Amino acid sequence: MEPVLEINDLSTHIQLSRSVVQAVGNISMSIAPGETLGLVGESGCGKSMTGLSIMRLLPNGGKVVGGSIKLSGVELTKLSDADIRDVRGNEVAMIFQDSLTSLNPTMNIGRQIAEQVRKHRHVSRAEALERAAEALSIVGFPNSKERLDNFPHQLSGGQRQRVMIAIALSCDPKLLIADEPTTALDVTIQAQILGLLDDLKQRLGMAVLLVTHDMGVVAGRADRVNVMYAGRIVESAPTTELFTHMHHPYTQALLGSIPLLTQNRSERLFSIPGIPPDLTDPPPGCRFAPRCSRATDQCRTEEPALEPATNDHHFACWHPVDGPIVRTTIAVNGTAPAPAGAGEAEHSDAAPGAPETVAARNGSAAEPAFGARGWQSGEGDDRLLVVDDVVREYPVTSGVILQRKVASVKAVSGVSFTVGRGETFGLVGESGCGKTTLGKVIVGLEKADKGQVALRGTNVTGLRDRQLRRFRKDLQMMFQDPIASLDPRMRVGAILREPMKIQGIGTKRQQDKVIADLLGEVGLPANAVERFPHEFSGGQRQRIGLARALTLNPQVIVADEPVSALDVSIRSQVLNLMKRLQETHGITYIVISHDLAVVKFLADRIGVMYLGKLVEMGTGEDIYLRPVHHYTAGLIATVPEPDPMREKSKSEVGIKGELPSPVTPPSGCRFRTRCPAAQQICAEEEPPFRPFHPGHVAACHFPLQQPIDGGDPLAAQAGTAPTIAGS
Amino acid sequence: MTVSIGEIYEEVQPSDVAPEGGQIHGPRAGWKLALSSFVENRLAVAGAGIVVFFILFSFVGPLIYHTNQNSTNPINAFLPPSGAHLLGTDSNGFDELGRMMKGGQAALEIGFFASLIATVIGTLVGAVAGLLGGVVDAFLMRIVDVMLSIPLLFVILIVGDRYNGATVFSLSIIIGIFSWLVSARLVRGEVLSLRVRDFVFASRTMGASRRHLIYKHLIPNALGVVIVNITFQVADTINLLAILGFLGYGLNYPQVSWGDMLSNALNYLSDGYWWVVYPVGVCLVLVVMAFNFIGDALRDTVDVRLRRR
Ligand SMILES: Nc1ncnc2c1ncn2[C@@H]1O[C@H](COP(=O)(O)OP(=O)(O)OP(=O)(O)O)[C@@H](O)[C@H]1O
Ligand code: SF4
Ligand code: SF4
Ligand SMILES: [Mg+2]
Repeated sequence: MEPVLEINDLSTHIQLSRSVVQAVGNISMSIAPGETLGLVGESGCGKSMTGLSIMRLLPNGGKVVGGSIKLSGVELTKLSDADIRDVRGNEVAMIFQDSLTSLNPTMNIGRQIAEQVRKHRHVSRAEALERAAEALSIVGFPNSKERLDNFPHQLSGGQRQRVMIAIALSCDPKLLIADEPTTALDVTIQAQILGLLDDLKQRLGMAVLLVTHDMGVVAGRADRVNVMYAGRIVESAPTTELFTHMHHPYTQALLGSIPLLTQNRSERLFSIPGIPPDLTDPPPGCRFAPRCSRATDQCRTEEPALEPATNDHHFACWHPVDGPIVRTTIAVNGTAPAPAGAGEAEHSDAAPGAPETVAARNGSAAEPAFGARGWQSGEGDDRLLVVDDVVREYPVTSGVILQRKVASVKAVSGVSFTVGRGETFGLVGESGCGKTTLGKVIVGLEKADKGQVALRGTNVTGLRDRQLRRFRKDLQMMFQDPIASLDPRMRVGAILREPMKIQGIGTKRQQDKVIADLLGEVGLPANAVERFPHEFSGGQRQRIGLARALTLNPQVIVADEPVSALDVSIRSQVLNLMKRLQETHGITYIVISHDLAVVKFLADRIGVMYLGKLVEMGTGEDIYLRPVHHYTAGLIATVPEPDPMREKSKSEVGIKGELPSPVTPPSGCRFRTRCPAAQQICAEEEPPFRPFHPGHVAACHFPLQQPIDGGDPLAAQAGTAPTIAGS
Repeated sequence: MTVSIGEIYEEVQPSDVAPEGGQIHGPRAGWKLALSSFVENRLAVAGAGIVVFFILFSFVGPLIYHTNQNSTNPINAFLPPSGAHLLGTDSNGFDELGRMMKGGQAALEIGFFASLIATVIGTLVGAVAGLLGGVVDAFLMRIVDVMLSIPLLFVILIVGDRYNGATVFSLSIIIGIFSWLVSARLVRGEVLSLRVRDFVFASRTMGASRRHLIYKHLIPNALGVVIVNITFQVADTINLLAILGFLGYGLNYPQVSWGDMLSNALNYLSDGYWWVVYPVGVCLVLVVMAFNFIGDALRDTVDVRLRRR
């Protein structure tokens, strides 16, 4: 069949004031009708620029400098600007990550879709609106006619992305370019949107170019995958082949550095040293050479070409590998985790060509397992932090001068848990479920409306300013955005000195020593002290953030989405570092993330939050292998895993519907509006926590497993839990 | 570009060779970056040059180019440019060039003083509103709204009329008191956004007092906006001063502003006395433009830093 899109030797450059970014370099690819081609790579590798080159929507200074782009045989690079406008939105459509800025806020969505139709089709306004309603119903809006009058701000993020898709599809394009279409969405919504795209692709027979950084997303959705690195395509293969028999060391390393749900967490993550090259001055030879463990002199001087290994598997490397890195994984069907180093590898056909396995590198067999202490603990010290029935509501006010409280956002509604010394407690949940608010309450950045947070038996929430200030040094926080969390006007030295200065600790010389030691510990050069935050890369900034959190030698660090802003290869560096520092400093972590795999990798115990409430709590294995609550089960089913076999065997949409408003949460069980097993009682009575395994509790009337008979949830928590609210 | 290739992880190389987090190859210190982006902007450099020139012209010029600016001399009225009077004389027989220097002094002095007053008041009000929030904020901002809806010119004309002419000092104060509104809004917006930035939260988790937050984080970060605003304010003030002078509400004799000179001179434009009109006009345009160029460039510089963050 003739390919829909055929790109040959395409190069795109972006002219900056003093340099040229070689954003896309000599790439070739083709997509057949009805095919989904995944384009993956880390940020800045040129994925988006490839899509924008096709659409000729490059940013200022951007220009296709060579090669050809053929759409059904028509050369796009030679078309006039007027002609390309005709192609855009008509034959090729594009959807972006940010649906809020892509839609016009002042126009209702019906008109926005209709305008797109009228741009390319000679139809009357009424016909165009008819088509708009049709498109809306295709993308899953019930009673789409009434929806035409809605404005973008009246829709949720997921709904807006559906509208974007409706606009994109309104003219039956041959090719749909989806650039990170679900990155801004929650996993449960992401699964819905990806499912929708898949379904539409099949029904309409269009080709899809799926641009994403998420290996899990391509694993489940793409037929073939192109891996990009530093402006080049380094490997291209059918999806399953790519995940199981990759030949390029970058592909191998990238996949190896993603924490898996099935991962044995006592093992370190593989990590790629360094960061991607600056595309204004890419290295000669293979662009991956500075970070590649197999690099030779040939790699550093001669650039390998994209050569076929088999008919449809291409890669560009002088010293290819064969297959993925071996990792020990937990036995998915059993209940006991496989011992480190001895467990059965999931991808047992690991190749001779693979670099040393992680286990070999770290000698992990000899190393004690991380967090071996686990959740089971006795008394005293092991109840380091007690969160008891914490409630936090934000008032919704109206009126300009006299701000009357009209309602409240129930951000956190009665959450209790206990964390022992040296333990890591993970909190997962979708955005808006109150994770961050809870984290802020714990470190004292937010006041609790009810309930308490006790550190070593002292109620921190009850403290007055001055006393609280003293306690604060034991409760530190690590932030999501490594840029926003460092004052841009302060040098790193001053940033690290600030905590000690505030607390009045040490002389200047002593402080200098602490700073130097910390920088060494987080792996930054000593000259970092004179630099400003903007001089560092994202991963380096997160290291500074971690160093700052450690300065006061705290007992508890609350890490709010510590790696979400980082690229995959940098992420594993930071995750490994966090674990190492925990061991050397005996810190207790509370890790907050929407990413179950990250939480599972770091945490001894995990609490699953939904709409301001904890719904299930247990070890990572409890949660992943034996979920009890319907929300947990649905969440696990929707998390995209970088494993095509598992992904493609997953059933359709995991969790239906959208998160209800936290202003008026559903009565009884808050999950009932989306729960497949909900019954009358779920609306009437809030389910109490019940134990299912020692330390594994959940709140559900119709759980997926039998609770331990007559179990007392308090006993099940080994006496570490305070009274649990709402039970 | 904040990209380095040298980031080597310890498992590949021992940590005493290269730090695990990598070397730092980013652009150098903030103010150097700011300076270089400022210097790259030709208009800004030109603007700075013009301002420096006019400062020298107005304040040092009279020391070199001595003229009599105190007593009128009708016999010498409207002398065309010559060796004795480089730019001729005006209707009162004052040396035009010397007069321009005097007018420049007034323009720059009032420009700076009034902006200073406006900025101080504006920053205080904006910072208080942004920091305290709630009712205080709502109240202060409504005051700003109301005052913004009154044309500043009227107020000054009325006040000026009442006090019958003005000095550099009084005009500075009047203009300053009525033009802090924009800076108040700017600073408030900046403080509101800074207050919820993660680095402020981070500082609070360390136990920082409100004082510490204000002095160590809020002020240094809001300063950029304030400084940018000062330059625009100076330009606006000089303009306003010219308009006042032109309307006949300028400085009292023997003080003089460019606006006074212009309004005076326009009567004689048709008589061919070009030297009493154009040179002053050009000065005014140049100075106002120069401050605007500088302001624009500074704003870009602040933005570049924002982008780099
Ligand atoms: N507007 C722009 N001006 C200058 N350079 C740009 C611009 N946009 C992107 N670049 C550069 O072009 C290169 C490729 O960027 P591109 O956006 O295609 O990456 P990407 O793979 O889509 O990354 P991400 O995952 O972050 O979206 C990068 O080096 C980037 O810095
Ligand atoms: S060509 Fe050399 S440096 Fe590049 S990926 Fe292959 S082995 Fe590594
Ligand atoms: S309590 Fe009811 S609605 Fe809630 S999860 Fe259980 S079955 Fe579903
Ligand atoms: Mg992109």
